[in-house]
Amino acid sequence: MKKNKRKIYFDYAATTPVDPRVVKVMLPYFSKKFGNTMSLHSFGQEVKEILEESREKVASLIGAKPNEIIFTSSATESNNLALKGIAFANKNRGNHIIISSIEHPCVMESAKWLESQGFEITRLKVDKYGLVNPEDVKKAIKKETILVSIMHANNEIGTIEPIEEIGKIIKSEIRNQNSKIYFHTDAAQTLGKIPVDVNKLGVDLLTGSSHKIYGPKGAACLYIREGTKITPLLHGGGHEMGLRSSTVNVPAIVGFAEALEIAKKEMKKENERLSKLREKLEKGILKKIKNAHLVGHPQKRLPNIANFWFEGVEGESVVIELDLLGIAVSTGSACSSEKLEASHVLLATGLKPHQAHSSLRLSLGRWTKEKDIDYVLKVLPKVIKRLRLISPTFK
Amino acid sequence: MPIYSKKIIQHFKRPKNVGKIKNPNGTGEAGNLLCGDLMKLYLKIGKNKKNEEFIKDIKFETLGCAVAVANTSLLTTLVKGKTIKEALEIKKEDLIEKLGKPLPPFKIHCSILAVDALKEAIYDYYKRSGKKIPPELEIEHQRITRIKNQAEGRYKEFRKLEEEVLK
Repeated sequence: MKKNKRKIYFDYAATTPVDPRVVKVMLPYFSKKFGNTMSLHSFGQEVKEILEESREKVASLIGAKPNEIIFTSSATESNNLALKGIAFANKNRGNHIIISSIEHPCVMESAKWLESQGFEITRLKVDKYGLVNPEDVKKAIKKETILVSIMHANNEIGTIEPIEEIGKIIKSEIRNQNSKIYFHTDAAQTLGKIPVDVNKLGVDLLTGSSHKIYGPKGAACLYIREGTKITPLLHGGGHEMGLRSSTVNVPAIVGFAEALEIAKKEMKKENERLSKLREKLEKGILKKIKNAHLVGHPQKRLPNIANFWFEGVEGESVVIELDLLGIAVSTGSACSSEKLEASHVLLATGLKPHQAHSSLRLSLGRWTKEKDIDYVLKVLPKVIKRLRLISPTFK
Repeated sequence: MPIYSKKIIQHFKRPKNVGKIKNPNGTGEAGNLLCGDLMKLYLKIGKNKKNEEFIKDIKFETLGCAVAVANTSLLTTLVKGKTIKEALEIKKEDLIEKLGKPLPPFKIHCSILAVDALKEAIYDYYKRSGKKIPPELEIEHQRITRIKNQAEGRYKEFRKLEEEVLK
């Protein structure tokens, strides 16, 4: 096989490389400042200090107080803690939880498991763009409702949900019912990419991720509003205010805080740049490839995600062929690529199974350049054309 | 490092026997749109010098993943020129072995589909030519049809639910 030197990464929504600036601030915390934050001696106390500094930094960047931030190992863990922790701490008041039908698998599966434990789950439908209708949240709320969890933006199609509006509706329902309903949002795809302020959004819990914003893997956070009744998943030494026992992964957390600070500082400029590149990519693909369709909301969408489906081809074959040509893309989400079922997100937007199987997600990021877009626009039409020639369903 | 073996990539990048046969005397289909894989085989059956029926020509069309394309391509190269009897002896294991390990377990069904499509095409040939269908092939045909109907049933159910939502 011919070695292809060109390597272009178009899968930033799956994970990102760690920014060298982030690596730099992390390095001292591996071998030099390696202490355990729970130790009383100076080795422990110097890292305890940086841990609390990181907490203050993350808190201030999302409009929270430091004691409202819990560090975890992943967005999956944060989402599990949010759903299960709220469910079990509040089950004496009710057993009803509302989610959307396009949540990340870690929310979908946590909800499914809670269902097996006696909780009742409502999965809200979305429109063809993947938007949840806030009125549907209002209709779904009942006196047993204890939690609503709707993602801030979808990882496969990039559609941004009306979290602020839903937050207001939940608040007015709480007043009507005189009973607390917690509101959680999974902001793994939005934190550091679009403005995230917990008070503006009106949420009680918010999940954020490090490795989606050029921070290291192994760090994430869960914002938990003061006064929230929640029970931990991990019991032990009482780290993270008793909500997440485990020796704290200081280097990753330091990196996460730095990554978030950089992302927020550069957000406006970077989004303008990415929006332009994505527009060129989308227009180019729709122009050069017939019977190609865009998925996701035309405006209310993350600036870095483009999702298409191509009539008569299967997404995985496109991914494999592009990979051979040095371009890394994804079908739907990275988590679902080993399953044979079509993406639950795309099906929820009304695509038929064979249409959903033909989807392709390109996600842009910090190191995407215009010449990368040009290369994709040169290569992709040929790939689709070839695969359609083999296909029995496209002539 | 590509996820698949060299052999799979070869057959995927340069598949053999792609397309249709103008006047086939047997066609077969396996898979369904629900799982995302659909394979179609076209056969031209002739007689060899010993007066045995053999696969004179075979072509395929596949909608599916790289492994699905590779499996169908490989299958056509294996059975072209073989007698019907020999062709019916091909098993999914033969394809899996030739494609080189490791084939991810969730891709085994691609090899099953390719073999099923061939059985269906030969079944169709027997039917069209009014010949007696071997009992084993009849059983296989019924199994493949059953799977297909199940999938189509699920698909119809899905469409019905969708229409209800749109109402």
